Amino acid sequence: MATSTTTVHGAGPLVGSRSFLSKLREGDEIARMITFLFAASVVLVTLLLIFELWQDSALARHKFGLHFFVTRVWDPIFDQFGALPFIYGTLVTASTALFIAVPLGIGAAIFLAELAPARLSDALEFFIDLLAAVPSVIYGLLGIFIIVPVMRDYVQPALKQSLGFLPLFSGPAYGVGFLTAGIVLAIMVIPYIISVSREILLSVPRDQREAALGLGSTRWESTWKVVVPFARSGILGSVFLALARALGETMAVTMVIGNSPTISASLFSPGDTIASVIANQFTEATGDLYLQSLIELGLVLFLLTFILNGLARLLIVLTSQRGSKVSPA
Amino acid sequence: MTSLRWRKLVSGFMLTMTGVCALVAVSVLFFILGYLVYHGGKFISWSFFTQLPKPVGEPGGGMSNAIVGSAKLLFIASLIGVPVGFFGAIYLAEFSGSKSAFVVRYAADLLNGVPSIVIGIFAYALVVLPFKHFSTLAGGFALGIMMVPITLRSTEEFLLAVPNSLREGAMALGASKWKTIATVIVPAAYRGILTAVLLAFARVAGETAPLLFTALGNRYWSPGWNQPTASLPVAIFTYATGPYEDWHRQAWAAGLVLLGLILVINIVARAVLARGIAVPRS
Repeated sequence: MATSTTTVHGAGPLVGSRSFLSKLREGDEIARMITFLFAASVVLVTLLLIFELWQDSALARHKFGLHFFVTRVWDPIFDQFGALPFIYGTLVTASTALFIAVPLGIGAAIFLAELAPARLSDALEFFIDLLAAVPSVIYGLLGIFIIVPVMRDYVQPALKQSLGFLPLFSGPAYGVGFLTAGIVLAIMVIPYIISVSREILLSVPRDQREAALGLGSTRWESTWKVVVPFARSGILGSVFLALARALGETMAVTMVIGNSPTISASLFSPGDTIASVIANQFTEATGDLYLQSLIELGLVLFLLTFILNGLARLLIVLTSQRGSKVSPA
Repeated sequence: MTSLRWRKLVSGFMLTMTGVCALVAVSVLFFILGYLVYHGGKFISWSFFTQLPKPVGEPGGGMSNAIVGSAKLLFIASLIGVPVGFFGAIYLAEFSGSKSAFVVRYAADLLNGVPSIVIGIFAYALVVLPFKHFSTLAGGFALGIMMVPITLRSTEEFLLAVPNSLREGAMALGASKWKTIATVIVPAAYRGILTAVLLAFARVAGETAPLLFTALGNRYWSPGWNQPTASLPVAIFTYATGPYEDWHRQAWAAGLVLLGLILVINIVARAVLARGIAVPRS
């Protein structure tokens, strides 16, 4: 143990050369240990969460195996549980939401990052942040009493009349269903897409824009053909982030989706998502197999969002790094 | 190829469209707020805050039990979320090596991304099942778990933003490390830390899904911490999906109260406390 080990390394700005004992006497070691315990508890809770989800779904996992994911039947009376309708509903509502939210969100982000003067952009971003803070049950409340009637009386009949030949827009208009849930979800995830994409776009180096404009492109061409492609993977990251939110979103969806485990090509049909079936049936679940099947659904949801969040973070970090590497400033 | 005039036209059109997108997105906020004030404002009265729900069919009544229930849940949540987030962040920013910091950050980010309904399952398995009781404690625990990663990550960023010269200055005067942290670094970052805590608080105040099968709900006063309790978000859900006109009115009023509370906390935290400092996104 020569002096070389006591030189400051990456651990922190304050790693000194005092002995362990003197640090203990001055309280540093104690403070370190206490804060370490709190930090370690975060890791512990996370591991415990994964363990509990795995452990408490053991019965359902053993009984159904991989068939769980391809079985259409969800029948608590005969103890038959298959996740397919819920996985289907989750994917359909989330993709409907992204179909609406991605163009709107990216469009708004382009406006905020490229066009709006800094003060206006910051002011609008403030409102977008507030919008992201609105709880999901409030979206559900407005969904039930405003969006559902409007869908039933105006939007769905209109869609049926114009695009009714597509199986997507056929069937009776209940108001509740996949399409309505998708629209509510879209409204909920747009703020996330805008905030993250805006930051990514702002991190694109200035000289990229100047070069494009200098070569004679219009403002839009420099934005669409140079700036956006530069930020492409980061924007994709924001979309993944939004997708993860949309998959896990519970209350608003539960309130407008109609809650029936159906698989239907029609977006007008009532359905169910993984999150909504857990919310609706968890307290009523009688019998271990029923409860554990619901917990296994929770496990599936956890894994889906875990993978998507990881990918999103990776893409966002990679893009911002690229931006800072190119520009010397 | 295409004429300059056409290209300029396309440019102008597309740029206008992006403005329209931004306008649509922001106007949603004002629409929500306006509709809630218009619809819920009529039904807010003194009795909404002071009375228990009336039996179905009787008009009037209030949500005092849900308001107190929410306060109790948030109290427990803060007891868990604030210390763990705060001290964990101090460890990350001041003590940890890069490897352990990576593990803690990774766990916190993972936890932050877990859907709230799954947190509910976790709290059910960990607190409800062993006690064989839906309870205020279980609900508060679920919300507390959700507060931890938000508080932790933003507090850490505010601590790291404190200039190193302050640390070095304190050390040079002979202060020990923990004294430096307690008397120099934390005071220098306190506005940011307070912002982080408030935003985490506002975030979980509106959470409904993790309470559905932990705190459950209650039409009356909750008799104790280990008993089910009503809460504003769950009350909104139950009343909005229920079949009675009177319930719907109460749901609107409760929605306005809840949204008002959350927006006020957000505005205070972002515009007043955090003026001039960048708030990290959770």
